[in-house]
Amino acid sequence: MPKLDVVSVTKNYGNIRALDNISLHVKDREYVCILGPSGCGKSTLIKCIAGIDQPDHGEILIDGRPVQKVPIEDRRIGYVFQDIALFPHMTVKDNLSYGLAVRHTGSEEITTVTNEMLDLINMRERSRSFPRELSGGAQQKVAVGRAIATGSHLFLLDEPLGALDALVRAELRYDLRRLASDLGLTIIHVTHDQEEALSIADKVVVMKRGSIVEVGKPSEIYHSPKSLFTENFVGETNLLEGKVAGTQGNLCSVEIGTRKVNVSGKGRKVGERVIVAVRPEVIPISPHSEEGGGGWKGTIKQAAFLGSTNRYVVDIEGLELVVHVSSNVEKEFQVGEIVDVFVREGAHMLLFDYPKEGLEKEIALE
Amino acid sequence: MQGTRRQAANSPTILQRMFVQLERFSARADVTKAVYSAAVAFFLFIVISPAIAGIVAQFLMLPSLTLTAEVAARMRAAVAWSFVIGLTVSSLDVVAGIPLAWLIVRRSGHAVTVLDSLADIPFVIPTVALGFSILEFWSTPGGISTVFGSGGLVAPGTLLIMLLHFAFSYPVIVRVMVGEFLNYRETYEVAARTLGASAFTAVRTVTLPILRPAVLAAFLLALARSLSETGATIVVAGAFENGTVFIKNVRDAGLTAAVVTASLVLIAASLVVFALIKIISPKLRVAPLRIWPSLERKLSSRPVIISRNALSLLVFFIFILLPCLFIAFPAIEAVASGTVAEAIAGVGPWKTFWSSMLLSYVVALLATLVNIVSGLPVAVLIARNRFGQRATKVVDALVDLPIIVPSLALGVSLSFFWGNMGALPEFWVLVLAHTTITYSYFVRAMAASIQGIAPELEETARTLGARPLRVFRKITLPLTKYSLLSGAILVFTRSVDETGATFAVSKALKTAPVLLVDWIRGTVHVTASERALGVGFLVVTSFLALVVLRLITLRRQTRRH
Amino acid sequence: MDRLSFEIENGEYLCVLGPTGSGKTTLLRLIAGLLNADEGTICFDGKPVNDIGPHARNAVYVPQQYALFPHLTVMENVAFGPLARGKSEKEALEIAMKNLETVRLAWRAQSFPNELSGGMQQRVALARGLASGAGLLLLDEPLGALDARLRLDLRHRLREIVKQSGMTAIHVTHDRDEAMSVADQIMVLKGGRLLDHGVPHRVYSRPTGIFVANLIGGASFLEGIVDATTDAASVVRLRGGLRIKAPPALHMLDEPIILGVRREQVRISDRNPELANVLEGEIREVRFLGDSREYLIRLTNGDIIASRHYSEGPEPRFSAGDKVVVEFEEGDVLVFEYPTQGLRKELEMA
Repeated sequence: MPKLDVVSVTKNYGNIRALDNISLHVKDREYVCILGPSGCGKSTLIKCIAGIDQPDHGEILIDGRPVQKVPIEDRRIGYVFQDIALFPHMTVKDNLSYGLAVRHTGSEEITTVTNEMLDLINMRERSRSFPRELSGGAQQKVAVGRAIATGSHLFLLDEPLGALDALVRAELRYDLRRLASDLGLTIIHVTHDQEEALSIADKVVVMKRGSIVEVGKPSEIYHSPKSLFTENFVGETNLLEGKVAGTQGNLCSVEIGTRKVNVSGKGRKVGERVIVAVRPEVIPISPHSEEGGGGWKGTIKQAAFLGSTNRYVVDIEGLELVVHVSSNVEKEFQVGEIVDVFVREGAHMLLFDYPKEGLEKEIALE
Repeated sequence: MQGTRRQAANSPTILQRMFVQLERFSARADVTKAVYSAAVAFFLFIVISPAIAGIVAQFLMLPSLTLTAEVAARMRAAVAWSFVIGLTVSSLDVVAGIPLAWLIVRRSGHAVTVLDSLADIPFVIPTVALGFSILEFWSTPGGISTVFGSGGLVAPGTLLIMLLHFAFSYPVIVRVMVGEFLNYRETYEVAARTLGASAFTAVRTVTLPILRPAVLAAFLLALARSLSETGATIVVAGAFENGTVFIKNVRDAGLTAAVVTASLVLIAASLVVFALIKIISPKLRVAPLRIWPSLERKLSSRPVIISRNALSLLVFFIFILLPCLFIAFPAIEAVASGTVAEAIAGVGPWKTFWSSMLLSYVVALLATLVNIVSGLPVAVLIARNRFGQRATKVVDALVDLPIIVPSLALGVSLSFFWGNMGALPEFWVLVLAHTTITYSYFVRAMAASIQGIAPELEETARTLGARPLRVFRKITLPLTKYSLLSGAILVFTRSVDETGATFAVSKALKTAPVLLVDWIRGTVHVTASERALGVGFLVVTSFLALVVLRLITLRRQTRRH
Repeated sequence: MDRLSFEIENGEYLCVLGPTGSGKTTLLRLIAGLLNADEGTICFDGKPVNDIGPHARNAVYVPQQYALFPHLTVMENVAFGPLARGKSEKEALEIAMKNLETVRLAWRAQSFPNELSGGMQQRVALARGLASGAGLLLLDEPLGALDARLRLDLRHRLREIVKQSGMTAIHVTHDRDEAMSVADQIMVLKGGRLLDHGVPHRVYSRPTGIFVANLIGGASFLEGIVDATTDAASVVRLRGGLRIKAPPALHMLDEPIILGVRREQVRISDRNPELANVLEGEIREVRFLGDSREYLIRLTNGDIIASRHYSEGPEPRFSAGDKVVVEFEEGDVLVFEYPTQGLRKELEMA
């Protein structure tokens, strides 16, 4: 049963360092999502694992055995391509059975397995169709089935849902996850869609510009990321620049403009520049009242109804905060209304070092 | 002073104002329709109809024609041989050309770029010169047989014709396949390999079947070339006759009946064969996957790949490159022997030579200009389906007609038509014949290039406020200008190259290659060095055209990056 | 396109939402004049434009892949529109510069499109559309080619810029969140037909059909039969006898219907349930979506219902296997006729 080890892999394309000393460990039956913006090297990484590209340095081990010298066709890794790549001149049936036909498989076994696959992806009646006659979602299912038919247990999926509509993607990703669990597969799934990664992965690997920024469980990545880039990348967030005004035990008092917040954070020095990150959905908001109650007074600058939530941009004397509120509440705010927002201490806020290269560069997506 | 200069920068120049007027014109649907209709009309009435009418006239003459039994037998044999040679040579070219195209595309490095250019050489050497070179190489004591110490390895005849046709159709295959491999989505092949297929299996079961239409198109092009070629074939035919040689011979002998019949038979047979191949091959079902994994694995190993490449290169060098370049030797000898001065002075046979060269280039230039002007709208029509699906399909099919029909036979039909039409001077019939034959090349090249431009570019330009003429000037033309130039050069060199139609159409006028055929065959007496030198001059001018073509296409590649 | 009719006001930002193949691109191309309608008229400011070519229509089309002219610089691209409409070179360059500054790309004016990142190319395409001087901007999946996170950032900026310019916009997308967050009005298309058209609020709370309800906001759908109905409320009997209180289902007594409940309106109660509909069930699956968690609950009759909880924090409140009680308001239930082709087909994307 495969486990995958990527050890210090580096890959250059001319002057560009596509992979910079990448190390990764994937356990048997784990579903790992590699998440990052375009150009971060995630596709290059799985191409090296598959043997389509060769790393310049480092090792790749499958089940403990180095595979650098093993050609693509012998690595026994299932691969699903971003552009689906079904063989256009073959029917669904022939596409599915290709992986079996190219390895000494008896024709009876080929038929059995092919029929199993057709049932698995629910496409018995379309077995004689050609790829061009199928919808995007159907094509993707056949591509997945084709890879599974070979009997591999380790799979590399390169943006497998990328070519599909948003709604189809949101449904199909759970089918994919279920399939992986049912068949006991080890999956490495590359994507740029953070919601996709968070919803189905056992482990998320965040990449940026050829390096691994962070590895963790979806909940850890979202609620307590170690890097500012991750915090910004996996969901909308408010990043407030401030300075440490004082420390007391585990709490830091941070000055943000004319206001102060208490955030948990150890080992900080007074005067240090920091970033306070607070997610839009944890900020309570209410109509402005003179008693205050500790809230910050601001004006609604933008208001959008998103269906399940309302998204507000609140202007607090020049500081802009994005707030998400469930649409199920009584009060909906309009542009121009004066409100109180509550940025309170608690685990919901995170403290980060002010990035050396500046905030914009640190969180840049391209 | 400054005031007026500033003002001048703001007010439009006369040229700009003219363009604005023309642009307004182009926005009117009736104007654009008129332009397209004119181009299509030109195509139908000047390019296609004379050919078809001529063929029909010949056909109507058939019942009154009689051939002697002997001549009839000769004719049947000759036409059959044309197809045997054509089909064999084209198949061999496909088998030999694909590995080389693969090598050029999949490997990189200086050597490969050099190889890429070398593979074009047979393309660029005028076929007459090629025939001469191959004649010298294979069948004279001075050629390859010096290695074997005998006198001439292959005598003029069937085999020599096949070696000739193999050589000049080879670059057609390589060019088409290189283009296809470059556009091919490698993902398919990679997908096959991740499923466990060895490299050989992946190429055999995925890449080649997907590229089958291109392979077929290349095959048909090679076949058309083989069936059509006249001048060089005559040079190497010796006593043997294939279809075109036969027609030339009986024409020289004055047997008009045989000429008419034979050209009709050749045309009919070509059309039938092409139609059959085009209709049958898409229907050929891809055979159910039969794979021999262990065997194909071994075929993917390095030693096998290296020997395959070595073999392709060997075949290329021995059967293509050396025979083509061999012509350098006699040419250099001729220069050394001092005949150049005479040549340039225009003494003796050189007088007719230079007037033939002049004729060749004037005809080529006219044909090119006419093709560009009349062909561009038709290319746009085909690329953008402007006149609706069905009309476009018809025009599309008709455009290929002059290529399928062997040029000699086409020439016979044309001279029939114009001859019966009355007093059109031979020169103009010649120009029209060359225009007809080269029309396809330009239109196909331009249509492909225009199709390569995403329609969104032109559409967005239109919604930004640009009228059709402006879209063409500012968007389409700049993006296809390289194709336009290389298309024009292709037409030009093809016209200079042409022998068959010239033989058929003109009795008095001789273009350069036609004259050289006489020189080589001995119908006109010249010394060996004069012969070599004449061929050499023709080659040099065509070579210059290749250099220009290369520079243009290289510039396009560097611009892309 | 099947008998589509709608109006759009000057200055409005309309989003057209629908799956691939629903006709969104066709619609834009018809309006732009790149396609001709077989029947019907298209009017700009009350005047029919069916016979007017794309260059004269006062609408500019921005395709999904941007179609930036590869052989022209960024500046030349943006200046193309003004030049084509007859402005002098000097004027055209001024207009181009102004619009490039709006999208904050004036510093790349001399670059070529292929030297820019995806997000930058998108901005140039936008600037080019704005500079054209047209009144209507037709955006075909303007953010479609970009990463998910980038889309999130750019969508608000896109609306801002368009609104500032005063142009009317039709923005086509398959991304529901995108449409909801930027649109003044939303139009839903499927198979070339118009299914719904209205402000986001209305389309969300009173969708015209099951497909629209699913597309805009998502829902759990339950099959049932109308047991009783008045003009104030109705009672629907689900499988296994479970009863749901719903809005009126007049003229559908004893008929099979479909009920829809939005995920965010289903609460898992931890104290005494206080809403109209209360059902028991077991947590089957927990899905983490970042800012929220989705719980799939299996009711006692076997139906599955989803409940979405926002800002729960790192630890989920419930786990798979927990026995829970779900509740939702009577007024939050959506009532639909039973679809003739069956529920599955109705929900299909194509």
